[in-house]
Amino acid sequence: MTLQVVAFYLFASIVIASAVMVILARNPVHSVLWLILAFFNAAGLMVLLHAEFIAMLVVIVYVGAVAVLFLFVVMMLDIDFASLRAGFVKNFPLGIAVALVLLAELVLGIGAYRAGALNLGAAEGTAAPIPMTSNIESLGAVLYSEYLFLFEAAGIVLLVAMIGAIVLTHRDLRSPRAHQDIGKQVRRNPDEATIMTQPAVGKGVDL
Amino acid sequence: MTEFFQSLGLTFEAAWFIATIAGILLIALPLMLAVAMIIYVDRKVWAAIALRRGPNVVGPFGLLQSFADGLKVFLQETIIPSAANKGLFLIAPIVTFTVALLAWAVIPFGPEAVLADINVGLLYVLAISSLGVYGVVVSGWASNSKYPFFSAMRAAAQMISYEVSIGFVLVCVVLWAGTFNMNGIVLAQLGHGFGIVNAFAFNLLLFPMWVVFLISALAETARAPFDLTEAESELVAGYQTEYSSMSFALFWLGEYANVLLMCTLNAILFFGGWLPPLNIDLIPWFDIPGFVWLFAKIFFFFFVFSWIKATVPRFRYDQLMRLGWKVFLPLSLVFVVLISGYLMATGHYS
Repeated sequence: MTLQVVAFYLFASIVIASAVMVILARNPVHSVLWLILAFFNAAGLMVLLHAEFIAMLVVIVYVGAVAVLFLFVVMMLDIDFASLRAGFVKNFPLGIAVALVLLAELVLGIGAYRAGALNLGAAEGTAAPIPMTSNIESLGAVLYSEYLFLFEAAGIVLLVAMIGAIVLTHRDLRSPRAHQDIGKQVRRNPDEATIMTQPAVGKGVDL
Repeated sequence: MTEFFQSLGLTFEAAWFIATIAGILLIALPLMLAVAMIIYVDRKVWAAIALRRGPNVVGPFGLLQSFADGLKVFLQETIIPSAANKGLFLIAPIVTFTVALLAWAVIPFGPEAVLADINVGLLYVLAISSLGVYGVVVSGWASNSKYPFFSAMRAAAQMISYEVSIGFVLVCVVLWAGTFNMNGIVLAQLGHGFGIVNAFAFNLLLFPMWVVFLISALAETARAPFDLTEAESELVAGYQTEYSSMSFALFWLGEYANVLLMCTLNAILFFGGWLPPLNIDLIPWFDIPGFVWLFAKIFFFFFVFSWIKATVPRFRYDQLMRLGWKVFLPLSLVFVVLISGYLMATGHYS
């Protein structure tokens, strides 16, 4: 038991500390790296909850894919730190307002939690984890029976997002912009790609 | 191993702790030795194909070449470029090296010889290998230099692209094995090929997936012909350009540990892991310990990797991207549908 407690406090404190550092770091690349550390330790917390499948998905999806793209974009930004700080005085009241709203929400949230959590009721089949089955099996059993329509709806949302991304980056092949015909490149052979000439001295080669 | 330490009179927790540490050392130390030797093998194979002799001066047949290189690198001065982001510059090689070691925790070397026999073993490997990109990207950015930065950009795009198709290939294997547990996947291959061969690769539906996996593994570990992140003719040495001494050596060790891991995954997912190749009792090869078979298979795949490195010219970057997104992704998606359809139709799960 003690080992779990030590592990929990280790993971939890690193999550909070790195989340704070995401905001405090001056350099946006450092912010993203702190965010990645927070994700990774959140996955550690999931493992402690015996939700190892979710933990692995957090690492694969967020750390392995989403955060890499974040880092990719942030690294390419050419950020002028002086101009970032220029609007500090002008935006100060707005920042204070947003901070107050967030603080109020936090206080309300903790207050509501202290007053006893809302009983939202549980859907059928979600009661307790089924003993002696792995995480993945019980998750699949619920996802593909009880929540099939919600699962498919999530799939449709992803499909729409994917089509949107494809439409945004789509290039019409008939447009005059250069594009490569891979088949043509592969079919090329030395006979048609090279010519043997014996140009006279001082004369160029006609291509 | 925990039972052994418990029998010495320790409490369960203390015994578990010592057993885990011992297990980690039992995997990590031979792995480091194996990496040193495999670098030598790589150079020898490469030299032999190029009709050269390769390392042959240090020790008998040049066997100690890697250790001599290691010693040389160890004694060199660590140079940190003044414009570099010092913290990240030093962390990046450590990340690469650590991540390369982490994934070995779930690799089964025998029926009982696994450090962590978790039921999401394959997902764990996928998760850890997706972390490998950070070492390269961070080092490229922290070096604050043009060539490493280009290399980091290439690495980020390349590794994500090929992880997608590797993910679908793993789904195909998991569909057939019915488990994410590495030992379960190995055991599912017992007599899988016509009742004789202990391998998934001789299954007509899984064979194309093995080919996709082998090529994606080359791209994922940035080995030739996909070594665009350190293409010496374009990028000097890629993300390693600004590194020297031990920080360079850590990249080197991590890279080869990753290559060995990919060879091991090839052996475990498609060639029966620690099982003997054939499921016939005529020869008593089930008596040979499992890790011997596993090591033989890893070595074979490493030879294939070196062979490819010595013979295939480097891809152009757009060709690499095209192969990943326009060929492997649709192909592996089709096979996920095909294999799950076949398994449902033949009543594999009932």
